[in-house]
Amino acid sequence: MIRRKEFDKDLEELRSLLQQMGEHVTDALEGAVVALQTLDTTRAQDIVKADLRLNAMEDRIMEIGSRLIITQQPVAKDLRRILVAFKISNDLERMGDLALDVAKVTMRLQGQHLIKPLVDIPRMAEIVTLMTTDSIQSYLDENTDLAYKMAQDDDQVDQLYSTMINELYTFMLEKPDALSQVIVLTLVGRYIERIGDHATNIGESVVYLVTGKRPDLNQ
Amino acid sequence: MGNEDDEKETEKLMKSIIDIEKLDLYYENFHALKSVDLQVPEKQVTAFIGPSGCGKSTLLRTLNRMNDMIPGTRIEGTVNIGGKNIYGPEVEVESLRKQVGMVFQQPNPFPKSIYDNVAYGPRLHGVRSKSELDELVEQSLRQSALWEEVKDFLKKSALSLSGGQQQRLCIARALAVQPDILLMDEATSALDPVSTLKIEELVQELRDRYTIVMVTHNMHQAARVSGRTVFFLNGVIVEAADTELLFSNPKDSRTEDYISGRFG
Repeated sequence: MIRRKEFDKDLEELRSLLQQMGEHVTDALEGAVVALQTLDTTRAQDIVKADLRLNAMEDRIMEIGSRLIITQQPVAKDLRRILVAFKISNDLERMGDLALDVAKVTMRLQGQHLIKPLVDIPRMAEIVTLMTTDSIQSYLDENTDLAYKMAQDDDQVDQLYSTMINELYTFMLEKPDALSQVIVLTLVGRYIERIGDHATNIGESVVYLVTGKRPDLNQ
Repeated sequence: MGNEDDEKETEKLMKSIIDIEKLDLYYENFHALKSVDLQVPEKQVTAFIGPSGCGKSTLLRTLNRMNDMIPGTRIEGTVNIGGKNIYGPEVEVESLRKQVGMVFQQPNPFPKSIYDNVAYGPRLHGVRSKSELDELVEQSLRQSALWEEVKDFLKKSALSLSGGQQQRLCIARALAVQPDILLMDEATSALDPVSTLKIEELVQELRDRYTIVMVTHNMHQAARVSGRTVFFLNGVIVEAADTELLFSNPKDSRTEDYISGRFG
């Protein structure tokens, strides 16, 4: 039989850790895009360093969740809460890594000028940041409507990503000497788009947590 | 639930061996079971769970009329086993109990030899031939996974066995009269974890041949062993479902609260 008091306390810690991880990811993504726009390598470095904290939080979630499974043998929604915490923390950790990859691009561009002011990338990052915030909020409030709404925003991200690729492709043909920067900027677009996909995964986890069913929001 | 699940559900329930309809049971003025409807599928393990006093053991005892012995018990409604109302006027309780065997919380072997314990039921029902009895005893002890441990000491007193062995002997004794249904009333709650595991394994081996209905206070035992689980509360069946479904995504919030340890 579950000892509810301790169990609920640990579940609350899982929730709080996920909230912190979500905030960490949005901060890292916003910071990484500003660092890229301004080619601020110091800021980019800080983001890379901070990633350790995110990994530590993921480990902590794994630790608490495993302990709860062993000691309390949870069932039904209690079990889903723990499974979902594992899944969401894994998504958030990957999102953090992708934000870090954006920061690393800034470091790689050290000493260069941007071939053009960034337009689509900040716009994508803005939507993806909002998606991330919404995905975590939908988790905290167990709000499946918000999860579905958030997943729809991913279409805009995909749209912007595809526009961006086309533009950079044209740019590449016009200015072949900018090739290397075009490639890394394309990668940045890809990283941000992937962060959006992980946010959608979080939405799926929220629906699973609430209903016990597994939807596909990545369509 | 989708159509497919509904069909699966119906198909399973169609093969039910126990059909309970609008069953009310009173102990004097206490209304212990309230309008219970339940179908128990054949050759599956069904677990009854719920907090103390919820009616699960009462319903189990209703299935072989053990409640008849409690004065002041009054029953309304029907309990059909194999299509026949066991509370009908023509029913002989002895033959009902041959069809529906029972194992209790405390192992209760007779103060006789291991052999005589198992042979007791068949003898009572008129089996006299030594070779037939020998065969029934061996077969029952094999089915209850005790044969290898006792085959060289069949004349020894049953009381010399360990608690876990005694409980398996009681299962052998119940199986010796070749019942269709085996009722287990918290049959492992007095046993150590290893003996419990043996009984659980045994239940899983027996489930293809017998319909087993078990009352358990150990929810994880219900989850491990049974195919269907029925949750009782205050004399009412709150939810009866496939065990996996009931423990992963129960429909009723009271079920969720109970299995998650929020009360009981």
